[in-house]
Amino acid sequence: MTMTNSETKADRISGTRLGYRFNIIGMVGLSVILFWALIAIFAPLIIPYPVGEIVDLDYFGPMSRDFWLGSDYLGRDMLSRILMGARYTVGISLAAVTIACFSGVMLGMFAAVAGGWLDTVLSRFLDALNSIPSKLFGLVVVAAVGSSIPVLILTLSVIYIPGAYRFARALAVNINAMDFITVARIRGESTLYLIRSEILPNIVGPVLADLGIRFVFIVLLLSGLSFLGLGVQPPYADWGALVRENIGGLPFGAPAVMAPSFAIASLTISVNLLIDNLPKKIRDRSE
Amino acid sequence: MNNHVLSLVLSRLLIALITLVIVSFAVFFATTLLPGDTATILLGQAATPEAVEGLRKAMHLDDPAIFRFLRWIVGLLKGDLGTSYANEMPVADLIGGRFINTLQLAGVTALFSVPIALTLGITAAMLRGSLYDRAVTVLTIGVISVPEFMIATSAVLIFAVYLKWLPALSFANEVTSLTELLRIYAMPVITLTFVISAQMIRMTRAAVIETLNTPYVEMALLKGASRPRIVFRHALPNALGPIVNAVALSLSYLLGGVIIVETIFNYPGIAKLMVDAVATRDLPLIQSCAMIFCLGYLLLITAADIIAILSNPRLR
Amino acid sequence: MVNLVEIRDLKVEATTDSGRRVEIINGVSFDIAKGEIVALIGESGSGKTTIALTLMGHARPGCRISGGSVSVAGKDMVTLSEKQRARVRGTEVTYVPQSAAAAFNPATTIMDQVIEVTRIHGIMSSDEARARAVELFRALSLPEPETIGSRYPHQVSGGQLQRLSAAMALIGDPKLVIFDEPTTALDVTTQIEVLRAFKSVMKNGGIAGVYVSHDLAVVAQIADRIVVLKGGETKEIGTTEEILNGAKHPYTRELLAAFEPKPRGAAGAAESGPAPLLEIENLIAGYGQAQADGLPLVRAVEHVSLKVEKGRNLGIIGESGCGKSTLARAIAGILPAAIGKIVFDGKELGRSARERSRDELREMQIVFQYADTALNPAKSVEDILARPLTFYHGMNAKARSARIDELLDMVRLPRNLRHRRPGELSGGQKQRVNFARALAADPKLILCDEITSALDTVVAAAVIDLLKELQRELGLSYIFISHDLSVVEAICDEIVVMYGGRKVEEISPEKIKTPEHPYSQLLFSSVPRLDPTWLDGLEQDPELVRAYRRR
Repeated sequence: MTMTNSETKADRISGTRLGYRFNIIGMVGLSVILFWALIAIFAPLIIPYPVGEIVDLDYFGPMSRDFWLGSDYLGRDMLSRILMGARYTVGISLAAVTIACFSGVMLGMFAAVAGGWLDTVLSRFLDALNSIPSKLFGLVVVAAVGSSIPVLILTLSVIYIPGAYRFARALAVNINAMDFITVARIRGESTLYLIRSEILPNIVGPVLADLGIRFVFIVLLLSGLSFLGLGVQPPYADWGALVRENIGGLPFGAPAVMAPSFAIASLTISVNLLIDNLPKKIRDRSE
Repeated sequence: MNNHVLSLVLSRLLIALITLVIVSFAVFFATTLLPGDTATILLGQAATPEAVEGLRKAMHLDDPAIFRFLRWIVGLLKGDLGTSYANEMPVADLIGGRFINTLQLAGVTALFSVPIALTLGITAAMLRGSLYDRAVTVLTIGVISVPEFMIATSAVLIFAVYLKWLPALSFANEVTSLTELLRIYAMPVITLTFVISAQMIRMTRAAVIETLNTPYVEMALLKGASRPRIVFRHALPNALGPIVNAVALSLSYLLGGVIIVETIFNYPGIAKLMVDAVATRDLPLIQSCAMIFCLGYLLLITAADIIAILSNPRLR
Repeated sequence: MVNLVEIRDLKVEATTDSGRRVEIINGVSFDIAKGEIVALIGESGSGKTTIALTLMGHARPGCRISGGSVSVAGKDMVTLSEKQRARVRGTEVTYVPQSAAAAFNPATTIMDQVIEVTRIHGIMSSDEARARAVELFRALSLPEPETIGSRYPHQVSGGQLQRLSAAMALIGDPKLVIFDEPTTALDVTTQIEVLRAFKSVMKNGGIAGVYVSHDLAVVAQIADRIVVLKGGETKEIGTTEEILNGAKHPYTRELLAAFEPKPRGAAGAAESGPAPLLEIENLIAGYGQAQADGLPLVRAVEHVSLKVEKGRNLGIIGESGCGKSTLARAIAGILPAAIGKIVFDGKELGRSARERSRDELREMQIVFQYADTALNPAKSVEDILARPLTFYHGMNAKARSARIDELLDMVRLPRNLRHRRPGELSGGQKQRVNFARALAADPKLILCDEITSALDTVVAAAVIDLLKELQRELGLSYIFISHDLSVVEAICDEIVVMYGGRKVEEISPEKIKTPEHPYSQLLFSSVPRLDPTWLDGLEQDPELVRAYRRR
């Protein structure tokens, strides 16, 4: 114990304190994520053709010098549509995951600290919501209120609040059982102080990793809904909607079908790679 | 001790029942209380206010929500699923045959994926850190990270477009021979198997690794037990509960996958029926399909929990 | 004479999380003769278990034997193939684990696991093995030797499991048995039986043994020779006699010194005022739903009354499950008592901490056993100490900073430690910070719940000295809860013995040699002494042992 102490300290200073040391795979994941984030922000400035314009005489055109990713079912440039699609896929998912994790984590910490019937009722209710399959939840809501971007964001976040809640609550319950919480409690501290100052700093790492995982889930669900025609509606198109539009090109093996799928895969796999290669301390997940 | 197990199982069943009530509540209110007046939808925008009013009365739409909910629940319990808005047929008739089709698809998928996934998951855990293990891990992460439709479209591209082994679409009502049957089921089953096997492999691997890390496995090693003996006599019997739990949980992913797969392959199952119902806003049909899905999901996760309770040797 | 075991220049490497290799054992050498029991003694991190496991050619995941040789009965365990090692394990060298409860497979019966060794190595038929196992159960004085094997591990007690795991180790007729802290998790009264059983089986069979422990007194009863380890190196090797009576290495002397009884001495000038600092009357506390009579379902503390005078210390001693920690939690208001009066400094306190005023809370502080969980790992030492200063005393940043320096001085920690987080401190340092936080409140009474139990002997002794010193300076009172008689004896003016939730006796340290209550007699006589003849000479009334043994 005492012997290894000075060494672990050295590790902390060089490793976890000043920025995180990633391995190569983690770096690759991070760069792909940054790439798509930049694309989502600057897409209108860099697309080679206007997204709505028919620029190719052929439909389902192959990859070519003019159209890097071919053309779609109307002859529009696929590359431009995918670059613009990044805005919807990344933007909607990011908004939804932020709302979901923020609400879920807050509720989870509160339930863990408050305990008692409040915890029971909240957990029971959110568990029940969790036992509605996510795609089905999306279908039902879209059937009832129709699909618009705000509705999508809200629906996606409601679907993933129970998961974020459960995760944060499990972590917070473990922390809450620690003696330093008991010490703070009998010092006379308020619930708010316990949540903010004693619990949150100890779960923030795993919670961020969980946010990444949940972001992947949301991207996949959003793409799935759009693929079913229930997500982002024309004239806008996210990556899932792009696959749906061009599914007719499948028998010809048109690049327009697979290219948006690859865009989704590159994003989701990168997030997973990044999380799997985070330093152990952060990755530590209880699920 | 046995009374303890019984009470644990019973309380889990009670929780499932409460959950079911909350879920049906959520499904009903999501579909009827949110904006969009049913009578107007049915009669179209051009209908006279009187006609709309008449229909509202006939459908009890002006009753308090809780009464309509109770009436709906009582109907469901009696087997009366209501009447479709779109084609005025009883919902039960619409669902009947389609439900069997979906069950068949799910059954065949489970038949394939469970043995494959268990073999891969257990062997990967046994050979942890090996090249084989890493390959399995990378592959499963890959499959989990991509949308189901990508696996489906890739399968079509590979098997139907390039290799030309199988037809791209399936129509279960045109089955004439066994080979035909195989060809029709092949593509949806391949896709679904990929989707749920990945989950199952990951969970199985994690469960086995967890038991391999226990002190009693180290003890077996220090008794001089061979590797197969350690795995089959000490690790697996204790991992059995978590593994079966993982299987049940992974099968619940079938429900999500089936929605995409039935749509993309035009498979006449209940999920396709529901997606079509959403397009026409056929609420009674949507409600019933949603309840079936939720019930199936709830059954699977409840079964997983009960298996976990029953398989805990400390409760024996 | 040829030695059974010859370890030469053994080196073991561990890979840290950051991927660097660290040598955790550097160049250890010693021998074990046939039939000899050698103890490996040292504190946590000294490498004693790691060395013991190399005798089976085993290194825990992340570790690797990187040099030297471990010859057992002429075979070098380091160079053998995994298959050849497996043939030695269970037959020639066997292992008794620290926690038998975790080392038994929960899914199969005890008998199946005890005789598994004979199946793996094809030593004897199943029936023979069973008969032999029952013999061993009898030799290890296990109850119901004929039928205990058909039970599952969770159905027998910890002390029994520990002996059953010895049966598991002995069934293959080994030449060498490794005991890895086999009695550390047991209560002292149970420890005696288990130690006796081990000793008689080993001596009767003429089996050599390695006994890994941190407790010199336990080791003195069973070992022929002692190897003292620290930081992966041998500090001293000698016969038990030599080590106990003529230790040469300073570290060994330190270990021995920690055992010397340090009576409290002249009780600090107790203010003989009429009002005691704390008075507990007829307290009942426990867990579970309140019953119709307002009492909890499981009563952990029953009708306990006690008194703490100003400037004096009260020790509460008892074995696991006797209710001593529950009592502390009830006094602190963490677990509100169901019934009873708590009068503190002349005022009656609310039963729950929530009903107490901030000042009442401030004046009574509690310090927990595990500093690891009692200190928020996400905060620096400075932040941990600053909070009570802000919260109770409303200090500003400058006053706080000065006071934190003072507090660190008080607990003998260097001031520059204030920027570190708990994870960067050693066990003893953490416990000092834990204690400093209680001091920051300026309390009158500090409840110490087993605060030295998780520490190594030498470190614990230093913490006790610190506590005594602070008491002289600050006029504090302590309630000291422990299972360890010597600790309580060293610091307390009054000792309360608890058993089964009740206070069975209250004694002053002078009378500690002659307690009146039979349970106190049993408990006190069960504490191992440094004298190697203690266990053999110890006579306890078997009736008494049976009456008070837990299951």
